Amino acid sequence: MIAYIVRRALYAIPILIGVNIITFLLFFVVNTPDDMARMFLGQKHVTEVQIEDWKTERGYHNPLFYNAGAEGLDSFKETIFYTKSLRLFVFDFGRSDSGRDISFDISQRMWPSLAIAVPQLLIGLLVAITFALLIAFFRATYIDYWAVVICVALMSISSLFYIIGGQFVMGKLLRVVPISGFESGIFGIKFLILPVLIGVVGGIGSSTRWYRTIFLEEMNKDYVRTVRAKGIAEQTVLFRHVLRNALIPILTGVVVILPLLFMGSLITESFFGIPGLGSYTIDAINRQDFAIVRSMVFLGAVLYIIGLLLTDISYTVVDPRVRLS
Amino acid sequence: MNDRVIPWFVAIIACLLGACSEGAWNNPYPNGEKASNVIYSSFSERPKHLDPVRSYSSNEYQFIAQIYEPPLQYHYLARPYKLIPLTASQLPQVRYLDAAGRPVSRERHEAIAFSEYIVSIQPGIRYQPHPALARDTQGNARYLHLNAEDLKGVHVLGDFTMTGTRELTAADYVYQIKRIASPYLHSPIAGVMREYIVGFDAFREQVGARYGNSPKGVWQDLRDIDFAGLSVDDRYTYRIRIHGEYPQLVYWLAMPFFAPMPWEAEKFYSQPGMEERNITLNWYPVGTGPFMLTENNPNLRMVMEKNPNFHGEQYPVYGEPQDLENGLLDDAGKALPLVHKAVYSLEKENIPYWNKFLQGYYDASGVSSDSFDQAIQFGSQGDIQLTERMQAKDIQLETSVRTSILYMGFNMQDPVVGGFSERARLLRRAISIAVDYEEYISIFANGRGIPAQGPVPPGIFGNIEGEAGINPYVYDWVDGEPKRKDLGEARQLMAEAGYVNGIDQASGKPLVLYFDTPGAGPGAKAHFSWMRKQYQKLGIQLVIRATDYNRFQEKMRKGTGQIFQWGWNADYPDPENFFFLLYGPNAKARHGGENAANYQNLEFDRLFEQMKNIENGPVRLEIIREMTRILQRDAPWLWGHHPKAFSLFHSWYKNVKPNLMANNLLKYKRVDGELRDRKRAQWNRPNYWPLVILLLVLLVSFIPAAVGFYRREHGTLK
Repeated sequence: MIAYIVRRALYAIPILIGVNIITFLLFFVVNTPDDMARMFLGQKHVTEVQIEDWKTERGYHNPLFYNAGAEGLDSFKETIFYTKSLRLFVFDFGRSDSGRDISFDISQRMWPSLAIAVPQLLIGLLVAITFALLIAFFRATYIDYWAVVICVALMSISSLFYIIGGQFVMGKLLRVVPISGFESGIFGIKFLILPVLIGVVGGIGSSTRWYRTIFLEEMNKDYVRTVRAKGIAEQTVLFRHVLRNALIPILTGVVVILPLLFMGSLITESFFGIPGLGSYTIDAINRQDFAIVRSMVFLGAVLYIIGLLLTDISYTVVDPRVRLS
Repeated sequence: MNDRVIPWFVAIIACLLGACSEGAWNNPYPNGEKASNVIYSSFSERPKHLDPVRSYSSNEYQFIAQIYEPPLQYHYLARPYKLIPLTASQLPQVRYLDAAGRPVSRERHEAIAFSEYIVSIQPGIRYQPHPALARDTQGNARYLHLNAEDLKGVHVLGDFTMTGTRELTAADYVYQIKRIASPYLHSPIAGVMREYIVGFDAFREQVGARYGNSPKGVWQDLRDIDFAGLSVDDRYTYRIRIHGEYPQLVYWLAMPFFAPMPWEAEKFYSQPGMEERNITLNWYPVGTGPFMLTENNPNLRMVMEKNPNFHGEQYPVYGEPQDLENGLLDDAGKALPLVHKAVYSLEKENIPYWNKFLQGYYDASGVSSDSFDQAIQFGSQGDIQLTERMQAKDIQLETSVRTSILYMGFNMQDPVVGGFSERARLLRRAISIAVDYEEYISIFANGRGIPAQGPVPPGIFGNIEGEAGINPYVYDWVDGEPKRKDLGEARQLMAEAGYVNGIDQASGKPLVLYFDTPGAGPGAKAHFSWMRKQYQKLGIQLVIRATDYNRFQEKMRKGTGQIFQWGWNADYPDPENFFFLLYGPNAKARHGGENAANYQNLEFDRLFEQMKNIENGPVRLEIIREMTRILQRDAPWLWGHHPKAFSLFHSWYKNVKPNLMANNLLKYKRVDGELRDRKRAQWNRPNYWPLVILLLVLLVSFIPAAVGFYRREHGTLK
């Protein structure tokens, strides 16, 4: 397995270089270093000299990919791409264009993101699996029919609607939780209730349908029929046999998103004023802060690769028949 | 209780403790702050800079203007806007000198080579408590010679246990002006100041020569580098020497750019290891003002508390005649600040912000387009009123015309719409009549604005009200108010320009014009459609070239746009700050200035140079009238409109008067904390019954499932 992991880690390097190049190209197609300087220095009274000074100080005065004025390897080394991207591979994110230490900011802001994402994932899983099992149990009845209709309806609604509607109903009409805000510590629990609830409700439709499909497929297998033929109670069939075997696709689906929980949610964090990594990224895009944008995209890519690797590993854990080679 | 139950029990109790604490369940603030003299406000965007040498936007001034004190400030209540001393003991004395440095009288403008501003500050003003100023028992600086060992365990400024203070001196002001000139601090006004302050460029060169090769993070001590235009006369007096005349300098002296900076602060923050910990001057301000930043978490909350070393100031004792009856002089003569703390929460979206304002968790609010209909209604006479719902909550409304202009400009370098030919001038005038800004304000600004007649907004010297102030090329004075000229007149002008019904008589082709705008997305679609219709009235086909703001700016810099829309907010209440937007040497394409229309009229430029250096009075007003007449005739802009600011505030929020020039307004505000608590409790009683009912419905809906399950489990095969 170790050889497999090492090989996957090596595969990740060209992927990360590719992600870096694409991020770099996309960013600088839209923004030039001059635009970044103007955004940073403000709109009024800015002179060309100030812009040049700003670019020089931050290393944006070099060409993007190839420096025709340099010789040999320096043609590639004295470029924005080289100077800004190479350090990412040792996870040295450096400083943002406004001078803040990006690693420090990430370490501070991942906790609020996790505070929302982890309970949302766990409660969502619990609720969705419970509902899916229940619906699967009542398959082909009116309960199954209406449950699917409701799931499709829930899936069809925009997450923005859940957020605004949730804030309106829970925060404004019923006044049982704060409309927005965030706190750390025990006082902060009441700020988490609404975003977690909205996240769970918003995701329940799609995940319940997906798990229902998995359970139904599992329930039609021969071993389930055998178990039933033995006279085992239905709840035992469901919880001990069906659920356990259906866990493989569920687990792999969950494991792949585990690392991405750090990255936060752009819309939820924005509407609830949660100082997580989602709002960190969107703020950086709005401010044209390339240093943060490339760091967050790079981090997202790394986490996704880790997620896929963990998924592969988790197969071997939940299904001993699977071997990584 | 078994081991499995205990964690769940603890978690539930924790939730209940959090949710069911004393007071309203939806209260986003700790209950310990009940009835206290605290202001609750918000901010929507993280301030980029808190260093006064760089800050130049309103969301940054919201904080630093309460902390840093320039020598002058605007009187809170008096109108027209009036400068008064803040830390200065009096308004600056001005001396005029000829080229040999001999004093000359102010009237001899042609002989004036330099002006000297002598600023005297009050003795006894002290800085807020700050580690940079801390001293040990021997009187040595405690934290100005730190090493890596000293910084162990330090993560934020509060981790330094000792603080200190010292007296404010004139040298601190001079040090800050040197910082403006430093090539490494990127002050946005360096470009403006280098034109005026004597020795600015030479100072920059010296700084560059001394520190150009020094590694990043080394303190750049500017104290002993000569700056010909700056001198310290004594501990409390300094002078600034500028080239020629620039009476507007006094307005800059009321902005945070010219606030004092103790050199110790710069040295403190420049030490190795500080920037790595994000402990920088850009993050932790140090000033003499009424407040100091005690919590700086711009991702969540900023908190300012009263500076215990504040030198003291009194609430104004006079204002406009109506201020007395409006209760704005109830606190006259009282010691400032009137609140001891202000909490600013990050609120990025309008909807939660607006709802929390209605719940009483914010003391004041603007009126966004989303909430406009909920808050404002128009009476039968078109007058603005609060809706019944707002009135029921005793919410108050304050409106004011902003000292801003949103205009549509013609690129005067363009061969079709630009230039001074009669044809182009008539075309611009025809468009000026056709584009109906009254309709624009009504549709797109909810009536929040007034059509502009020239560049100078109301409230600034040079804006003329009534019939004498209208743009005679676009409006007629009818029944005591301006009325836009008939469209027929615009069509007639088009015909005279050689575009009958929008057809170019020379080529026989329809006239096609191009509108460059940074607006895009679904929200801008209605705006573009309206704009096309306006031009279509004259038969002109308008092509919208929507792009992002960066590309738009690039077009403006290169002068490749044809028609564009832009705006300007006043830096200071002087007409020069608006007329300079059309001053030839400021043309954007040629000189990189703020004259985006690239308008260059020699007569106008001559009058501008004359006007900018004289005091407000009949002579200046007459020149402004003449300049305005020239602009109205040439029509390089469609004058657009001056937006109106609407602000709502609760009945417990006192001393609210719009002051569009001053930024240090927090110290004048007062709250009735008890009234606020009563109202909050009344408006925020939790309504949990619907939740209980919902829970019951859910439980009941499970009954058929349970019954079905039971039957299936206990049924017999048939």
